[in-house]
Amino acid sequence: MAVKVKIPVPLQRLTQGKDEVEGESGTVIELINALDRKYPGLGERISDGGKIRRFVNVYVNEEDIRFLKSENTEVKDGDEVSIVPAIAGGCFL
Amino acid sequence: MEDTMSLVKALKCRECEREYPLEPIYVCEFCFGPLEVAYDYDRIKKTMTREKIETRPQNLWRYRELLPIEGEPSDALYTGFTPLIKADNLARFIGIKELYIKDDSVSHPTLSFKDRVVAVALAKAREFKFNTVACASTGNLAHSVSAQGAKAGFKRFIFIPATLEYSKIIASLVYEPNLIAVDGNYDEVNRLCSEVANKYKWAFVNINIRPFYAEGSKTHGFEIIEQLGWRTPDNIVVPCASGSLMTKIWKSFKEMNIIGLIDGIKTKVFAAQATGCSPIITAIKKDIDVIKPVKPDTVAKSLAIGNPADGFYATQVVKESGGFGEDVSDTEIIECIKLLARTEGIFTETAGGVTLASAIKLKKQGYIKEDSSTVLCITGNGLKTQEALHGHTMQPYHIKPNLLSFEEALKKIEGTKG
Repeated sequence: MAVKVKIPVPLQRLTQGKDEVEGESGTVIELINALDRKYPGLGERISDGGKIRRFVNVYVNEEDIRFLKSENTEVKDGDEVSIVPAIAGGCFL
Repeated sequence: MEDTMSLVKALKCRECEREYPLEPIYVCEFCFGPLEVAYDYDRIKKTMTREKIETRPQNLWRYRELLPIEGEPSDALYTGFTPLIKADNLARFIGIKELYIKDDSVSHPTLSFKDRVVAVALAKAREFKFNTVACASTGNLAHSVSAQGAKAGFKRFIFIPATLEYSKIIASLVYEPNLIAVDGNYDEVNRLCSEVANKYKWAFVNINIRPFYAEGSKTHGFEIIEQLGWRTPDNIVVPCASGSLMTKIWKSFKEMNIIGLIDGIKTKVFAAQATGCSPIITAIKKDIDVIKPVKPDTVAKSLAIGNPADGFYATQVVKESGGFGEDVSDTEIIECIKLLARTEGIFTETAGGVTLASAIKLKKQGYIKEDSSTVLCITGNGLKTQEALHGHTMQPYHIKPNLLSFEEALKKIEGTKG
């Protein structure tokens, strides 16, 4: 059993069309770096200099990692990680 | 006719600075950051002068070199150039030497600063050859798209939560848009609109037209500078919902400085929110960059955005300018709506109460100095949110239709005044 990682549509071109891939346990940033080795280019779309990009939301088991330990949040086998682009300008009042 | 076409360079990602052509797009394909309009300031510097601006009609297009439109504006010819009012009565009350109200509560045609952003959005929608404009809104934006879209001849789709107050629905319906009352809460309306925007070739003013739309807010700042005699104030207090207005006012000051129409910027920018929805103020007070979303619970509904799109950038403006922020209770908001009305004769909506109440707090705390020039941004009209004042105003004196009854009432009135 590995970490389940959900890939958003705009990044699925880099994962050969897969909407879910398997990742390794460790911190979130380690997980992303490992995914980048498997799917080159994925890492720089999600992170920059070891930090998650501001308009990319990462959830571990549906909790936003900014309210956990951000990039250093630990993920273990069986956890589910979702990568969701924040829609910039997504406020409508 | 002046050639302004080449003054706008491109759309540029605010995060990774990748450039995109001037199209109805709003998100960076690479890093998902928001796109922003980039201008050729070197060329603008050569053509835009104070004198040229001052000879133009008093509407928001007088700054059009710094707006993302091409050619001559054909609509919204009465929008913008709202009064900057020297508020001496209020100044004495708060204890600030030089106080001004930038009064968008009298904006044409729908009495809020949204007329500015919608004017630019619709000009752009026409350029892009859309025949339908749309938005999701609970208030001011819906009214402005409905009204300006009617005048400019667009088909209009306005999405609202079905539970919205009747008075707000009427203020859109009178312009006869297609008003879609969605059986769902606000978040559900938003989500639906994103899907609709993907499927239909419509100009959603605050989705696919957003980079252009947001630029309209700069005119609020340009006008303050011009009306102050080509200078920036020491302090400006701005209400925050998405944080976009504050970000764009700061951009307007910087642009005026870059092109040399003012001699430096000395302004501290202060953010104002209701305590019941204050994600931006929370980040400012804790001095952190992360905006933690909240579930809004405040009388200031026009500011009730729990997850503000430009919240991060708003915190950066405060930091860069050396300002701060304050949040205020519903009671303080209502008290300050009344204070502005009885001192300056201006009836503002709840957002204006937030701005004034925050300014008073910031003055008491010493962030705003007595010996300073301060501008309060009043962004909407109180006639739209009258329900907020129910039970909080004074009562009329009921009398019989005869002189005796009137004089009895008069005695009471004079009695209460001592």
